Amino acid sequence: MADVKVAEKKSTIGFGKAERKLLTDPLDSNNPITVQVLGICSALAVTTGLKNATVMAIAVVAVCAFANLITSLLRNSIPKAVRMIVQLVIIAALVTIVELTLKAVAFDSYKQLSVFIGLIITNCIVMGRLEAFAMANTPYRSLLDGIGNGIGYGIILLAVAFIREFFGKGEIYGFKIIGVGSDYALDTASIGWLSWYSNNGLMVLFPSAMFVIGVLIWIHRGWINKDLVDVS
Amino acid sequence: MHSTKQIIIFVFIMTSVVAVILAGMSTALKPKHELNEAIYAKKAILAAVEKKLEITASELTTEQVINIFDSKIKQDVFDMKGNPVTKDQIIAAGYKGGLAESIDMIKESKKPESERLLPMYTLTDDSGKKTYIFSVIGKGLWDRIWGNIAVEEDLKTVAGVDFDHAGETPGLGAEIKDNAAWKRQFVGKRFVDNDGNITGVGVIKGGAKEPEWQVDGISGATITADGVDEMLARGLGYYGPVIKSLQKS
Repeated sequence: MADVKVAEKKSTIGFGKAERKLLTDPLDSNNPITVQVLGICSALAVTTGLKNATVMAIAVVAVCAFANLITSLLRNSIPKAVRMIVQLVIIAALVTIVELTLKAVAFDSYKQLSVFIGLIITNCIVMGRLEAFAMANTPYRSLLDGIGNGIGYGIILLAVAFIREFFGKGEIYGFKIIGVGSDYALDTASIGWLSWYSNNGLMVLFPSAMFVIGVLIWIHRGWINKDLVDVS
Repeated sequence: MHSTKQIIIFVFIMTSVVAVILAGMSTALKPKHELNEAIYAKKAILAAVEKKLEITASELTTEQVINIFDSKIKQDVFDMKGNPVTKDQIIAAGYKGGLAESIDMIKESKKPESERLLPMYTLTDDSGKKTYIFSVIGKGLWDRIWGNIAVEEDLKTVAGVDFDHAGETPGLGAEIKDNAAWKRQFVGKRFVDNDGNITGVGVIKGGAKEPEWQVDGISGATITADGVDEMLARGLGYYGPVIKSLQKS
């Protein structure tokens, strides 16, 4: 399919400025979580640990990319009256494929994530990109857009998970780093000037993700990309 | 514009294609899924005797799990009166495998108490010493909790425990599964009182008062901890007749 496209129209398959923008925009100025404020539900639920967040991020990138690609390939034949339902079927099918694959390949992650994998179907980011982008753009550009948005979501997910896992449990990827007790690499109870430190139980609970995301949005707008703030 | 007929044909073809793909994939991966489920359940059983075998259950490969089960573990099933149940009876009860590992504790917990089946795993170590593993199931705060309890040869002392849950809060109730240090507390506790009655191991909010029979609760997870307490008392109580017949032999 792609080869035919190259012969027809060269610009559709290249990787120029416009294509790079499709990949990088969702990381910064059009980030799904911090700018569009989509996919918050799953960002709260799966960010208790980096391990879960990593699997979730990979799964969303895969689903988002392929859902965009398939929808874009079908975009001229999808009847407008039922396009939402068709999009939903595509997403649901891909999510089921991800779930079946995880269950066969990474069973432990599947056990921990099972409910949330299913919830990718309801993730507004995927549906939003299909409706706003894939229905009106070529398959190649849609694929890039899907990957970009998946990664944009994944980065924030990992950032939130890092903060929550480190300050909540004193662990990174399950390795015990800091906390009270000899299990931890840095036992705060044995270091005099640090004995006040203990891990914050609130960070493990869902509300903390809300605070962390809020702070990330603030940092993003206040320091990283000031253009996002509407000064008027 | 598409006509109604075109729309119906499009949706029909699309859903058929998706259905065929998913059904094919599900069938192709089913043996692998079932193997994974079985290994996961076996790892949970081995987790209760981690210390005895000097292993870390979660790091075992599929082959290692099967190997340990084949060489060191004997499976038995009993009814509520403590009588052994034969393989044919287990199959008749709806469990194709006919072994203790085939028994679905959730299904059993829905039966009337007198009709339940009790799986038991006997680990015989190199020196011939036995450790018995009993399965228990109960309720946490949000959903089911269950576990495997390893018991020393004296049938009075806990040798190790492993718990799992369907939906306890991460960081609070879920600690019954995630917190290894908390689970280690159970080792060496007695679940039988001085008169020989099975009392379970008490999980006490605010700290154990009788260290021989009790362990500390989990702060912030009182209801889950109470669930564990209740599950141990009731679940191990079911094994009373089994324990009696084991003591005689």
